[in-house]
Order: sequence, then C-alpha cells, then structure tokens
Amino acid sequence: MSWFGILAISSIAYFTKLTGILIPQRILEKPYFANLAVLLPTALLAALTAVQVFAKQNDVVVDARFAGVLAGVIAYKLKAPFIVIVITAAVVAAILRAII
Amino acid sequence: MSTNGLYQGPAKSLVRDSISIGLATGTYGISFGAIASVAGFSFWQTQTLSLLLFSGASQFAYVSVLAAGGSIGSAIATAALLGIRNGLYGMRIAQLLKPTIRQKIWFAQLTIDESTAMANRFDSNQELSKRAFLATGISVFIFWNFATAIGFVLAQSITAPEVIGLDAAIGAGFFALVAPRLTTTNHRLTAAFAVLIALSLTPVLPAGLPILLAASAAVIIAFGNKQ
Repeated sequence: MSWFGILAISSIAYFTKLTGILIPQRILEKPYFANLAVLLPTALLAALTAVQVFAKQNDVVVDARFAGVLAGVIAYKLKAPFIVIVITAAVVAAILRAII
Repeated sequence: MSTNGLYQGPAKSLVRDSISIGLATGTYGISFGAIASVAGFSFWQTQTLSLLLFSGASQFAYVSVLAAGGSIGSAIATAALLGIRNGLYGMRIAQLLKPTIRQKIWFAQLTIDESTAMANRFDSNQELSKRAFLATGISVFIFWNFATAIGFVLAQSITAPEVIGLDAAIGAGFFALVAPRLTTTNHRLTAAFAVLIALSLTPVLPAGLPILLAASAAVIIAFGNKQ
C-alpha cells in the first residue's frame, strides 16, 4: 500500500479539524450546512455497507457475505459490542462457505 | 487532578466515563488493526492511520475502498468526506472551550465524535467541559492505538483471509457504525437513498466511485429540508 495516500488523507483529516476549530462559527448558523455535515456520514456509511455486502467487482450479488452481515445485525440488535458483531459476521460467512 | 467539593461528583464520573468510552472504542480498534493487516497494509502504515488520521469511520473507509480495488483518489475522497463532520465539531469545541491558539493546534487532533459528545454533556461549565473533552480524547487516543497494534498482530496468524469471512466482517462493521445514526426519518431516508445510488452505480462505475457519488443523497435530503 502506498504511503502517499496514508499521509495525504491524514493531513486532510487534521486540517479539516483545525479549520473547524480556527474559523468563526458563522457557518454553523447556516442550517443547510449544519444539516448536510450531519447527514453526510450517514450517506457514506450506508453506501459503504451496501457495497461491502452486495458488490462483487461490477456485479451486485447475494452470497455468504449477506448471511454473515445478517447475523451481525442480529448481534447488534442484541446490543453486542462491536467486536462481537464483526466476529459473528465473519464466522457465519466462513461456515457457510465451508458448507456450500 | 484537583477535586474541589462542588465538582467532585461529575468530575469523578467524568474520568470513569472517559475510560469506559476509551475501552469501548478499543474493540473497534482491534477490528481495524486486523482488517488493515489482512487488506495488505504494513504494521507502521496501519499504526500511522490510527495515530494521524485518528477517525474510525474514515480509517475503515480508506482501507476498505483500497481493498475492494478502488483508486487512492476515491479512498482519500471518501475518507475526507467522512471527516467533514469533525470540522463541524471543531467549531463547537472552539465555541464551548474557548481554547488559546496553541491549544487549538493539538485540541484539533482530539476532536472526534466521542470527545465532542462528552464536552457537550458538560456544556454549562467551561472548566468541566474542557476536562471531559481532554479526558475522553486522550483516553480514546491511547486505547485506539494500542488496540490497533493488538488487532494487527493477532491477524498476522491468519493465513487465508477469504476463508475467515473478512469481507462480511467489514460489512458488519460499517453496519454497526451507521445503525446508531438512523434515529430520525431524515437519516433513514438519506441511508436508503445512498444505498440505492451506490448499488445502481456499481455495475457501471469503477470501485470506490459509487460510494463517493452516494454522498449526493445527503446533499439532496439536506436541500429538501431547506424547502
């Protein structure tokens, strides 16, 4: 993996935070931007979830990943900690692949 | 830390809470270290992401877009867009804690979901609010980085990543990050719309771009609210 990308995204993330803490709070008074900044992570994380579960290169497929994540969703509903959710999904997907 | 009578109660729970928040994020950190290791990042690359990028969702996004074959450009753009909310938190922290210029330079690195939430909880008292922000920020920073290293080392013993269901693990990880956000109709609509955009663009665009373009769901819903 390239170091360039790692250092680039790290700098961008830091300067985003620094900009926020340095500039006057006028933007916060514009409800559109405040609303957008809150909704942006929801959109990206939902898209990341969907693509991670259903995309296989350029195809949309339902396979062992879906069953694994479904098990993870159940663990989430049962208020399991993050690591339990992640391991549950991995184990269920792995078992399904071993059987089929 | 000095404890004067008036603040003893909240100050005590403040330290305890910041440590338990740090511990909880540690479990994300283990998962991140393991996933980055299996995705082909070196130990120091993984650790650098946790030390410098220091934002869970952005780190997971950066690693997963590259692991799925996306370009460095779309990995950077996705992680950067996820980090925009931290800029907004920065504004809130400046307003709440009134830090000096020097403090701003290092407070910025600790400005994340957890530390901002804790600073907000004590917003009626600037001194307590600052302590809550720092205790939580530092606690999460320490636990997150140690957990990353542990996760990376543990994952080194795994030989065949596809056999252990790593792809499903990342999917469940993203789900666990987005699910707590889906508390209002606005957020649910945004999520549903984003999923629709990302999946319908998957067959026609290279990896990484469908996720980036799904960000427009937030732009559209926020614009709709304005009307």
